Amino acid sequence: MSIRVERVSKSFSAYPALGDVSLTVRDGEFVALLGPSGSGKTTLLRILAGLEVPEAGKVWFGERDVTRDKPASRGIGFVFQHYALFGHMTVARNIAFGLDVMRRGSRPPKRDIAARVHQLLELVQLPGLGNRYPSQLSGGQRQRVALARALARNPRILLLDEPFGALDAKVRRELRVALRQIHDELGLTSIFVTHDQEEAFALADRVALLNQGRVEQFDAPAEIAANPASAFVTSFLE
Amino acid sequence: MTAAGLREPPAAKALLIAAAVIYIAVMLLLPLGAVLYEALRQGWNAWVSAVTDSDARESIKLTLIVAAISVPLNTIFGIAAAWAVAKFQFRGKTALIALIELPFSVSPVVSGLVFVLLFGAQGWFGPWLERHDIRIIFALPGLVLATLFVTFPFVARQLIPLMSAQGSADEEAALTLGASGWQAFWRVTLPNIRFGLLYGVLLCNARAMGEFGAVSVVSGHIRGETNTMPLQVEALYNDYDFVAAFAVASLLALLALVTLALKSALEWRYREELAAIH
Repeated sequence: MSIRVERVSKSFSAYPALGDVSLTVRDGEFVALLGPSGSGKTTLLRILAGLEVPEAGKVWFGERDVTRDKPASRGIGFVFQHYALFGHMTVARNIAFGLDVMRRGSRPPKRDIAARVHQLLELVQLPGLGNRYPSQLSGGQRQRVALARALARNPRILLLDEPFGALDAKVRRELRVALRQIHDELGLTSIFVTHDQEEAFALADRVALLNQGRVEQFDAPAEIAANPASAFVTSFLE
Repeated sequence: MTAAGLREPPAAKALLIAAAVIYIAVMLLLPLGAVLYEALRQGWNAWVSAVTDSDARESIKLTLIVAAISVPLNTIFGIAAAWAVAKFQFRGKTALIALIELPFSVSPVVSGLVFVLLFGAQGWFGPWLERHDIRIIFALPGLVLATLFVTFPFVARQLIPLMSAQGSADEEAALTLGASGWQAFWRVTLPNIRFGLLYGVLLCNARAMGEFGAVSVVSGHIRGETNTMPLQVEALYNDYDFVAAFAVASLLALLALVTLALKSALEWRYREELAAIH
């Protein structure tokens, strides 16, 4: 599903976190929001998720204006920086959460939920770990559980906040590949936040480079490398 | 953590442990033992008849009613206050935290007097209440109000640091997964704070049942009507009815022991979770 951000602004008290940002992501694209800390990339992601409401501007998912929609009704999956897995639930219950909280009329029967959890565990390559608790998993495994949980309700859009930030280099590379595969296989539109230029360039179809709440450049990695749009882009890439 | 430079000589270690054990024995165990000894001095039957005496029974009933009203209310208020403080940024937050702690720093007598000043016959709302035939002071509502005031901080104080440390990521995750705010609260927030909450509720309950000062001011000391257990103990003691006084007191002491046992059981049951928090 395509995503259109139209002149969005958001400030926290006096300091502007996002100033007049516009951005269009095509259906099926894999986009990285790249920038130094404080550039507003996470704020933009949270606005897309509905966790923050912009002061000005609009957000469109396809033909639908979702600017004021609640996170629950946006049809998104969100992977948090530190995963935010529910520590008191098993991996299976974590993954099933999105289905368990559905209204009685539309909630799938228990068998179907269990089957879906099984299928998602296969998808993220953690078969058989459903009965573990998050505290019994490694960082990379937690990340995969968080991804499976976010995908349980078949979102069309996947949003990830620094998804590999807390992991070591080897696990990070494995997960990158896995994430890209899942993105392609499910036909998702994905946006992830990172401050790691190498990661953004390796993984994304297009990279939006943010600085001080503005988009400096939004292009394919090769294009950014070949034609940096501003002095900031040039210096950030060094 | 024992730093090498801090290792005491064995004599000092033995001395410190002995001092702690003796102090605890003299200050805590001796009085507790004395209460039980005095309560049972004239035998089991005397104890039973003392705690089943009609005034004693009424005082137990009243104490249970007061706790049954004030503990749930302060649990709800405590969760709400802790939620507001821990998950939102707003002006006057520090002042709010200080206010939550106020009942701990105010003398219980003053806490009771406040309500007499407000609702007593000579108080601000006294004449109005009298016209509408509503009794607050020297009646159950006054006892509940005073207890609510005194026990307010227990749950909130227990939860504020816990909820602040946990942040809002889990709740946000629940919302993005399609949960309503209510579902996020019941399925995510409450399980996350359950240990601290239970602990706070236990302490709140112990104090609600044991409170003397504030309750004494608003009670009016009508036996069989407005005397809670601690007040009944005092009344019996003033009558020189020591066996009965200590018998009722032993019930209160028993409550303290049960609270302590429950708390230890909880700490043991959730030790891993606790270790993760600290």
